[in-house]
Amino acid sequence: MTTLKYNHVVINNNMENGMNLTLKVWRQANAEAQGQMTEYKLGNVSPDMSFLEMMDVLNDELIRKGEDPVTFDHDCREGICGMCSMFINGEAHGPNRGVTTCQLHMRSFKDGDTIYIEPWRSAGFPVVKDLMVDRSAFDRIQQAGGFVSVNTSGRTLDANAIPVPKADADKAFDAATCIGCGACVASCPNGSAMLFVGAKVSQFALLPQGHPERFDRVENMVKQMDEEGFGNCSNIGACEVQCPKSISIENIARMNREYMAANLKG
Amino acid sequence: MELINKIPDGPLDQKWTKYKNTARLVNPANKRNIDVIVVGTGLAGASAAASLAEMGYKVKALCFQDSPRRAHSIAAQGGINAAKNYMNDGDSTYRLFYDTIKGGDYRAREANVYRLAEVSANIIDQCVAQGVPFARDYGGLLDNRSFGGTQVSRTFYAKGQTGQQLLLGAYSALSRQVGKGNVTMLNRHEMLDVVVIDGKARGIIARNLVTGAIERHSAHAVVLCTGGYGNVFFLSTNAMGSNVTAAWRAHKRGALMANPCFTQIHPTCIPVSGDHQSKLTLMSESLRNDGRIWVPKFKEDAEAIRAKKLKPTDLAEDRRDYYLERRYPAFGNLVPRDVASRAAKERCDAGFGVNATGEAVYLDFASSFERYGKQQATVKGLHNATHDEIIAMGKKVVEQKYGNLFQMYEQIVAENPYETPMMIYPAVHYTMGGLWVDYELMTTIKGCYACGEANFSDHGANRLGASALMQGLADGYFVLPYTIGNYLADEISTGKISTDAPEFVAAEDNVRKQIESLFNNNGTVPVDHFHRKLGKIIWDYCGMARSEEGLKFAISEIQKIREDFFKNVRIPGVQNGMNPELEKAMRVADFIDLGELMCKDALERNESCGGHFREEYQTEEGEALRVDDVYNYVAAWEFTGNPSAPILNKEPLVYDNIKVQSRSYK
Repeated sequence: MTTLKYNHVVINNNMENGMNLTLKVWRQANAEAQGQMTEYKLGNVSPDMSFLEMMDVLNDELIRKGEDPVTFDHDCREGICGMCSMFINGEAHGPNRGVTTCQLHMRSFKDGDTIYIEPWRSAGFPVVKDLMVDRSAFDRIQQAGGFVSVNTSGRTLDANAIPVPKADADKAFDAATCIGCGACVASCPNGSAMLFVGAKVSQFALLPQGHPERFDRVENMVKQMDEEGFGNCSNIGACEVQCPKSISIENIARMNREYMAANLKG
Repeated sequence: MELINKIPDGPLDQKWTKYKNTARLVNPANKRNIDVIVVGTGLAGASAAASLAEMGYKVKALCFQDSPRRAHSIAAQGGINAAKNYMNDGDSTYRLFYDTIKGGDYRAREANVYRLAEVSANIIDQCVAQGVPFARDYGGLLDNRSFGGTQVSRTFYAKGQTGQQLLLGAYSALSRQVGKGNVTMLNRHEMLDVVVIDGKARGIIARNLVTGAIERHSAHAVVLCTGGYGNVFFLSTNAMGSNVTAAWRAHKRGALMANPCFTQIHPTCIPVSGDHQSKLTLMSESLRNDGRIWVPKFKEDAEAIRAKKLKPTDLAEDRRDYYLERRYPAFGNLVPRDVASRAAKERCDAGFGVNATGEAVYLDFASSFERYGKQQATVKGLHNATHDEIIAMGKKVVEQKYGNLFQMYEQIVAENPYETPMMIYPAVHYTMGGLWVDYELMTTIKGCYACGEANFSDHGANRLGASALMQGLADGYFVLPYTIGNYLADEISTGKISTDAPEFVAAEDNVRKQIESLFNNNGTVPVDHFHRKLGKIIWDYCGMARSEEGLKFAISEIQKIREDFFKNVRIPGVQNGMNPELEKAMRVADFIDLGELMCKDALERNESCGGHFREEYQTEEGEALRVDDVYNYVAAWEFTGNPSAPILNKEPLVYDNIKVQSRSYK
C-alpha cells in the first residue's frame, strides 16, 4: 500500500489488484549496435496506469538498481503529439484501436501476461536507441511539398472569402488529424508511408487553397517518399486498422488519383 | 534595474500603426547576412522561424522533440479567439481587448493587449490561407463558439484539435522554409545557455540529445519560444518534456522573470487517480458551453456517491447544486478559469466532492442532449419523437461537437460520458508569468526575445480560454517580424559572429561542468522522485490557494529539496549519447530554482488577483480581493547568483483607456 497526500486528501492505491507482468523489451544501445530482447519481471502494476506509466515504473526500478533505463519516445501523453511509438505484442500502439501507446491503459492486460515491446521496424525509421526510432524522413517528405505556398504576412483574403463546402472541409479535417507517429509504416509489411503521405496530400487536394500547387505537391512528396526508402502500397489495409486516428485508406486512393492526374498533365 | 517598456506614445488604437511606420528596416541584401536562432517550435516558434526566414533572415531553429510538429501547442483543444465579429454579436477589437484585460484581473499591459486584439483577425485569414481546416457551417463559412469570460462567440475551432491544426499549419510554413534552405532545423536539441557578449545575446549553447555533443551556435539575435513552466508542479497538463530550462538559463544571464506566481489552474481536467500518475489530461473549456457543472446539494448524497451507493444520474434535480449558475448568474458555467477552479475547490473542500478522493465535480451533458435532440426533432419534423429518440439525436449532435473529447475521457477513466456525467477537477495548465519583455518582445538581454507562453506580457493574472493560441501566433507571425528589425538594423555590419569568443568557451565549459557534477555525485535516487516532491509542495502551497505561512514553509522545503537533489540524484547511462534521465535532471534543477522564485513572488504579492489567490485577501463572498494602490505593477525578478536572494524590480501598470474596477461575473 502506497499513499500520496494530494492537497489534503489521501489517495490510497490499493495494490491488491496489482498485476504481475513479464516484459520482453527490445534493448539496443545505439543505431550501430546489435539489439536483443531482454526480459524483465514487473509486479504490482495498477490497471489504471497508462502503458507509459508502467514503463516509468520499470525504469524507476532499473535506475535504483543501477541499470540503464529503457529509452522510448513520449511527450504529450494524451494521444496528440505523435511522439510515442512501440510495437506491443506485434501491434503498433498495442491491442486497442484508435489510441496511441500513451492512451493505452494496463486494464487492457491481465495478471500474468507476457508483453513483447519492440520499436517501429522499417528501413525508413532507423533505431536510435532501444524503442526510440528516427522518423525525420516524415519531416523531409513534408518539406518537399506538404504546404500551401502563402507568405506569412497576414495580408491574404478575408477568411470568409474562401467558402469551403462543409463535406469537403470535414474530409480535409479528417485527413489532417494525422499525428505523424508512423504506426502506418510500422504496421505495413511493405513499410509503406502512403497513408501518411496520402493524408497530407488529401487535406490540401480537398481544399481550394491547395489547388494551385496540387500537382507539384503530390509529385514532390511521392518522390521524396520513394527516396526515403519506404515501400509501396499493395492494399493490405493494416495501416488504417493500426492508425491511432483511424485515418482512412481512401486517402491513399485520392493520392493515387492526384498522382495520376499530375502525370497525365505532364 | 530600470525597466523601459518602450510603449509608443499616442492614442491606444494608433500605437502599433505608429510603431510599424517608424521602426527601422533591414534591407533584403543585409538580411541574408543576419543569423537568428529560434528556440522551440510551438505556435510562437514555428510561426516566428517561418516568418523570419521568409523575410530573408538566416534562421536556425531548435526543438527537443524528434520533429518540430510535436511541440505542445499541438495539444490545445478548444479554439483560438479573433475579433472578426462574424457572428454579428457585438464583438470588436476593443471588446476583445477589454475582455482580455478584465479577464487578466487588470494585471496586463494595455498597449500589448490592444495590439494582440488588433492582429487577431489576421491570424484567422493567415491560417485559412495555409489550409487549416477550421470548423465550417453548411454555407461553407467559418463557425464560432463561445468561451469563458466573454459574452460573444469569437472562438474559431477545429473540433477539439484546434491546437493541432494550427500547429500543423505553422509547421507546414516552417517546413516550406526548411525545404528552401532558409531555416536550418535542429531536432532533438536542447538549449542550455545563452551566450552574452558585451551585453548582447550572441548565441546559445545546445546539447545534441542523440550524440550528447555540446554545441555552440552563434547568431545576431536569439528568440526564445520555449513555452511555459507548468511542469514545475510535476502533475500538469503540459507534455512530459515541457520545461523552463531555456528561459531559466536566460534568466541567469540577465533576463528578468516576471510575475512567476501567476499560474493558471484549469477547471476542467480529469481528476488524479493514483500515485503512479505522470500527467493530467485537460478536457477543453469548450465543454462548458454545453456541460453544466454541479455537485450534490446535500452532504449525505455526496457521501453516498463517493461510497458508490448512489449514481449521479439517480439524483433528483432539486438535490443538485449547479454552483456556478447559482453564484454567477450572468456568466454561469462560462466564468473565467480562475473563478471556476476556485469554486470547484471550495465545494470539494467543503465536503461535496464526488469521486473516491473527494476531489471531483460533475460536468453533465444531460440537458444538452435533450435541448439538441428537441432541436433536431423540430428540424426533421419528427413531432412524435419519444424521449429516448430525442436523447439519441441530441447525443449525436454533442458527438459531432466534442466526440474526440468524450472518447479521450472514456479511454482514461473507463466510464462512458454519454451515460454518466464526466468527473472533473482543476489542474495546472498554463503559466501567465514568464520572461519580462518590452513592447518589442525583447527581454532585458539585448537581442534576446521571448514570444508566446514564454513571455509574461498579455494575460495578466489569468488567461482567457482560446487566447494562448492567439498570442503565440500573433507574436510569431505579426509582432516579432516587425520589432526584431528595429534591433537588427544596427547589426548589418557586424558580420558573422565567431563561436571562438571567450564567452562561448566559458558558457560551454559551464554546461559541461554542470553535467559532470550531476554524474559524479554517487547518488542513488531517480530524478522523478525529486520532481514529484517539488511539484507536490508547489501544488499544496503555491497552487489554487496560497498563504503567507504556507509559502514560507514551501520556500524552506524547496531549499531542502535542492540540497537533497544535488547530493542524491542518480543519473544512469552516458554523457556522450542519448540520455533522457540527464535531460530530466537538468530541467528539474531549474524547476527547483524557479519554484522557489514562484513562492517568493506569491509571498511578496499581498493581494489576490486572477490565478493568484492569497487566503488572507478575499471578500466576504470568497472572491479575489485586489489591492490596486500597492500592487498594480509587474513584478520582474532579477537573478543575483544566489537563487534564494533575487531582486525585485517593478514596472507600474498604467490604465489610460480602461477603468480599473473589481471583476464581477455575477
